[in-house]
Amino acid sequence: MEPALMHLALVGTPNSGKTSLFNALTGSRQKVANYPGVTVERKEGSFVTPLGRQVSVVDLPGTYSLRGRSPDEEITRDVVLGRTAGEAVPDLVLCVADSTNLRLTIRLVLELKRTGRPLMLVLNMFDIATRRGVTVDVPRLSEALGIPVVTSIAVRKGGTTELLRRTDEIAAQAPIPLQSNLWQPLTVPELRAMQREADRIIASSISLPARPDTWTARIDAVVLHPVAGLVILALILFVMFQAVFAWAQPLMELLSSAFVALGQGVHDTLPAGMLQDFLQNGVISGVGSVIVFLPQIVIIFLFILLLEDFGYMARAAFLMDRIMGGAGLHGRAFIPLLSSFACAIPGIMATRVIDNRRDRLTTILIAPLMTCSARIPVYTLIISAFIPAEQVWGFADLRGLVMFGLYAAGIASALGVSFLIKFFMWRDEQPAPFMLELPDYKMPRARSIAIGVYTRAKMFLQRAGTTIFSMMVLIWFLASFPQAPAGAPDPAINYSLAAMIGKTLEPLLAPLGFNWQIAVALIPGMAAREVAVAALGTVYAIEGGKEAAEQIGQVLATKWSLATALSLLAWYIFAPQCASTLAVIRRETGSWHWMAVTFAYMLALAYAASLVTYNIARWCGVG
Amino acid sequence: MTGTKQTDARMPIPLGLARRGYSGVIHHLAAGDAKSALSAIELESRLIELGFVEGARVEVLHEGIVGRDPIAVRIENVTIAVRRREAMAVMVA
Repeated sequence: MEPALMHLALVGTPNSGKTSLFNALTGSRQKVANYPGVTVERKEGSFVTPLGRQVSVVDLPGTYSLRGRSPDEEITRDVVLGRTAGEAVPDLVLCVADSTNLRLTIRLVLELKRTGRPLMLVLNMFDIATRRGVTVDVPRLSEALGIPVVTSIAVRKGGTTELLRRTDEIAAQAPIPLQSNLWQPLTVPELRAMQREADRIIASSISLPARPDTWTARIDAVVLHPVAGLVILALILFVMFQAVFAWAQPLMELLSSAFVALGQGVHDTLPAGMLQDFLQNGVISGVGSVIVFLPQIVIIFLFILLLEDFGYMARAAFLMDRIMGGAGLHGRAFIPLLSSFACAIPGIMATRVIDNRRDRLTTILIAPLMTCSARIPVYTLIISAFIPAEQVWGFADLRGLVMFGLYAAGIASALGVSFLIKFFMWRDEQPAPFMLELPDYKMPRARSIAIGVYTRAKMFLQRAGTTIFSMMVLIWFLASFPQAPAGAPDPAINYSLAAMIGKTLEPLLAPLGFNWQIAVALIPGMAAREVAVAALGTVYAIEGGKEAAEQIGQVLATKWSLATALSLLAWYIFAPQCASTLAVIRRETGSWHWMAVTFAYMLALAYAASLVTYNIARWCGVG
Repeated sequence: MTGTKQTDARMPIPLGLARRGYSGVIHHLAAGDAKSALSAIELESRLIELGFVEGARVEVLHEGIVGRDPIAVRIENVTIAVRRREAMAVMVA
């Protein structure tokens, strides 16, 4: 008879190596989704034990206790207690610990024991602990805690053998006698007594080296130095941006020409007509214009995951805490804002690490002001069409300088908005506490990083395949219907629904120097900013083909004034962000209200910035 | 109330005032005295969960650049970053 599916749940403190153990157990057999009703990421995977038992495992959000201070921690508590509707009650809870740092985990184990769930402690990274001189008397620890304890080395082949063997043993004893749940939120004296008990158990079964990890101490002496630390942080950011913009370029060009070739292939295979036009210009060039960003997304996540696994991200938050505090931001906002340079969506999702609601909301509101990678094609197109490639001050490239200015404007406005939010809404409140563990440095492992990047890339492609695809179909439809009457003198698009919409909006946008063609392109730009480039191509009736983007640039240079071009750049610094970002804000804040606020304030900023830019430019005589 | 014997004649001071290089033992927690945005109970619970309990050895390893804030504290085997405002709740001697 086929043994029943076994449900495992992984619990552990942040930095316990829980995720690398999860990756080691399940490999790429992972599904990432959300828990119903909340935006907490639900990671589930599966594997088969040596005895052939099917196991499904969930990786629960990291926590120091079961108190449930944030939505993430509430999920961990509720799943362990079997209170989450639609979620299997775990047959076995694995509490994952970093063997070099057991103090806080042992207390968590004592708290978990009260839930009455079958529990096993996994001493992960046992090899590193041994190397650092930590010795653990495993049988004694197991006896003191009253639960099975196994060691594991998640990153090494065969490092989880013992864990799998014990899991089979525990499964074989099924049905595991259920104990009743005695867990209740702990009072302060209970917490304190529990930590004392944990310290007592550690003293009796674990011996620690006299000196802390010397590598971590040496690296921190430089990396956390008030001055050198900030210089290093700036260097890391510089290399990261260099990588995102320079290293990704060849791959992006490769992808782009592949899509052009694919479009051409469709063009040559199918008979001319509706279907050919739809597939080539609607589907392939539209979705292609977005997928081109995959290399950039992969590179930025690669950097973020590497820094995270190495243990640097917590240090960055430490260095930036007070500096960002001046603008009313929390140190932990640094990572989400950094991710927002790739895309505001993962950035906004990453704000979950901020447990204070006010700080989190401020970060969500300003994250879309960070120049995301989707603005790059718009910037590149306009800059290469209007800004001459000149040297200024003898060393700087004028185009690069304009690009840098656009980024700087985004960052400055984000800090400014944050300052205003704090000043007008939360002036009298105390800043939320900043309390964060700085884990010992660990060498990132290629396999774990690869799985992380793969998962993110898959999410990005799914979005490109759904939201952006449907928007492109809509734009194509608007730009193609109704069709031009036979023998019409103007380009076909002038008769379409898109032109009607554009012309309706034109009077509103005329003060900014925008014509109806820009108005038409701005609408799909709401779906995804980068689509605006493809849309401009469509409205100026340019056939998709080789060097299509260059052609768009040439056409624009003859049709727009410099003032209009600069005005559009200013618009895109603040541009009301894409529909997906708005959807994420609505989901993460749980309210339409904050989504509307973000949309309105960014629209107002964009309009004002464009108005000012256009009029200054005209006054300077470039209108 | 703590039961730890006072081996040190030093008067307890708040960890929030300690400078880089300071090393001592936690004497007691005084969450009500810190001007934190958290309630005293919440602050005390969080401090305990991060290992700040009476008798634990602490050492101030690093300070931030603005106002020497926040501080990185080695507590037993763990390093915790905390702002001075919250560290005022930890009395050390």
